[in-house]
Amino acid sequence: MGGYFSDIFNGSKSLLIGMGITFREFFKPTVTVQYPYQTLKMSARFRGHIELIADEEGNPKCVACGMCQRACPSGCISLDSVSVDIEVDGKVKKKKVLSKYDLDFTKCSLCGQCVENCNFGAIDFSKEYNLASTRKEDFHFNLLKRLEERNA
Amino acid sequence: MSLTLLNVIVAVVIAIAFAAANAAYLVWAERRGAARIQRRPGPNINGPFGLLQPPLDGIKLMTKQLMIPGGADKILFMVAPVLAMAPAIMSFVTIPFSKGIAAHNMEIGVLMIFAFASMGAMAILFAGWGSRNKYSVMASVRAVSQNVSYEIPMLITAITVVMVNGSMDLKAISLAQAGGFWHWNIFPSLHSPLMPISFIIFFICSLAETNRAPFDLGEAESELVAGFHTEYGSMGFGLFFMGEYANIVIGASLTTILFLGGWDCPFGMFPGVWWFLLKIYLLIATFIWIRWTFPRTTIYGLLNLSWKILIPISLFNLLLTAGLLKVF
Repeated sequence: MGGYFSDIFNGSKSLLIGMGITFREFFKPTVTVQYPYQTLKMSARFRGHIELIADEEGNPKCVACGMCQRACPSGCISLDSVSVDIEVDGKVKKKKVLSKYDLDFTKCSLCGQCVENCNFGAIDFSKEYNLASTRKEDFHFNLLKRLEERNA
Repeated sequence: MSLTLLNVIVAVVIAIAFAAANAAYLVWAERRGAARIQRRPGPNINGPFGLLQPPLDGIKLMTKQLMIPGGADKILFMVAPVLAMAPAIMSFVTIPFSKGIAAHNMEIGVLMIFAFASMGAMAILFAGWGSRNKYSVMASVRAVSQNVSYEIPMLITAITVVMVNGSMDLKAISLAQAGGFWHWNIFPSLHSPLMPISFIIFFICSLAETNRAPFDLGEAESELVAGFHTEYGSMGFGLFFMGEYANIVIGASLTTILFLGGWDCPFGMFPGVWWFLLKIYLLIATFIWIRWTFPRTTIYGLLNLSWKILIPISLFNLLLTAGLLKVF
């Protein structure tokens, strides 16, 4: 019989303690981010899809060596280059210039082999995560065009 | 005769409007309160503080198709939501909001409210049985056993109050407590020294009778999908929801009248309907607070609480009160 009443007493006490906790929480400020209106800053090591890095003049740092294309286990990078004649110290030299850099993000597993293998620091992960679409084509990125858009 | 008919119509319209407005905005209050307790803002997009959320939810529910599952008992399936809502509205008729504000004052108001409240269990049983869904049947069996076992201590405590005040008339019970908070039934008196415990028992029972968390075994989402209203969509579901919130308002009103002096001011000044509303909304806020604090009990814990704790204590209280009334 003693256990009966002490059970009721202790149970009621613990319920009141719980209610005290929720009462205090009620007046504390909210901790959530109102997503479409507010966004969090992505951390430095966040992996979005890859993006070309520009040099000081706004041209891609990429020399079109194709290491990333070969390193990619999923084969989602395809790039192309053209030879352009440029004048250096009065002599005409041929130089490879990136003409196309396509990323098929539907296959990408964000392993980062392309970024690891780039000797020129020309590609890096973006912080883009608001990617949602019902069409596959929306995930075929033309990275060269994106770079131009960023420069503009 | 025509005047009484008009009176009835006006009373019913006001009762329905009051019930519907309460249901809509208590959902809003519940969602905002839950959000605050969980440290998020809650619905805040539609209108200032999300105040347009309830009408928009109503529009959404009303535009949905009313589906009747194949093999369901059509009549019971359609009757159940109405039966959940109608008794709740009926009970509003006899609740005195103030000395002069009551649709129809009855000498047996307490009895009438309990009679209508017990129909709520039938609505849940019909809904569960009529849906032809195993989860619904299990939920309705649980809810009915819960309602039956919590009606007993609730009625016994109500009888205690009725005995102390010598009336079943809600208005007379309120008036008997007038003149300052020390006259209220919640405080121990010569005739009934265990009144605070009666109040707690009554409050717990009204939580359980309205199938609210932590006693919401009838709709235990984590076990029984959505319990007895699994198969309901559209306004069928809406009526269950409105019925639940109307029952909460009635539970709070009844607790206020029986224990907290009705429309009486705690300091004996300015008695009026605002005190009544303040008291019921404070009680409802406590309902919401409790819901978002405690996890759901098990069916055994629930029935043990009623049969092993609430019923013996309320019976003892009844006997003690009866004895003291006889002696003094």
